Amino acid sequence: MAASTPKAEHDSVTPATHVKPNYYLIWVVLGVLTLAEVAVAFLSGMPKQILIVVLVLLAIWKAMLVAMYYMHLKFEPRKLWIVAVAPLPLAVILVMVILTEHW
Amino acid sequence: MSYAAAATMERGPSSFGVYNLKLGMWVFLLSEVMFFTGLIGAYIILRFARPEQFAEPGVVLNVPLTALNTFILICSSVTMVKAYAEIERGNQKGLRTYLLATVVLGLVFLSIQGIEYTVLGHEGFVPMADRYAAHGRQGGEAVLGGPLYGATFYTMTGFHGTHVSIGVFCMIFTTIKAFRGGYSAANYGGVEIMGLYWHFVDLVWIILFTIVYLI
Repeated sequence: MAASTPKAEHDSVTPATHVKPNYYLIWVVLGVLTLAEVAVAFLSGMPKQILIVVLVLLAIWKAMLVAMYYMHLKFEPRKLWIVAVAPLPLAVILVMVILTEHW
Repeated sequence: MSYAAAATMERGPSSFGVYNLKLGMWVFLLSEVMFFTGLIGAYIILRFARPEQFAEPGVVLNVPLTALNTFILICSSVTMVKAYAEIERGNQKGLRTYLLATVVLGLVFLSIQGIEYTVLGHEGFVPMADRYAAHGRQGGEAVLGGPLYGATFYTMTGFHGTHVSIGVFCMIFTTIKAFRGGYSAANYGGVEIMGLYWHFVDLVWIILFTIVYLI
């Protein structure tokens, strides 16, 4: 029993292994998306409302890539997903409450 | 209860299918989501409520420099995740190299942000400037009628910079531990937890860059 305890401790601090994504490919995509953001913001000549939507979507795309592949959320147990998305409805409620101060 | 048993309980798997330290970091990061949501929400409402106090993108702020800084932070995320991947394979040299690179890139990010603050400060764009006139870097011109732009800009980027500084500080300790052989293919949870924090800081900057600098 005493001999098994250190092994149990050892295993418990070792994250579960999973298929490794191509980190460099994601890095290239993030770099290209950053360039695209700047180009869209200053060179596209889009109407402001459309521009805001496009830029926010590009930012969300980049953020999702970081969360899914660099933070490995894509490979985590479903239960952790519940924890990860838990603040999103709360964040929406917070923003809505703040916005009602103006409108 | 022996120390080893206590340590196992502390670090062992939680009911969420991940070890407790990792779950703890995720819960902490979720509180950080709410923190930055509050800041961003306040910025949005102030910007819509008092548009005369805000400048168009690129007029006051140096977007190309910050785009470069954004890319540097993205590069630091790659080196961080590579450090994790290397120690997972048991490659100590790779872990140390990539952790060191991450520290350096984090310091470069902070240095560029410091340069940006210094230049803006010399131009008179300080947190509570009542009136501020700028000849835009891209041909525009701005005369701000109040302090909100400076206050919100420095609050959001400053809090993020503080998070990066804390991250670099902790990363230095992680790197020192790595150089002392503190991690192995059987025990690298600390690297993963440090990485989660670092990637979150990168993720927040991706959002801030778009909202503060481009919109």
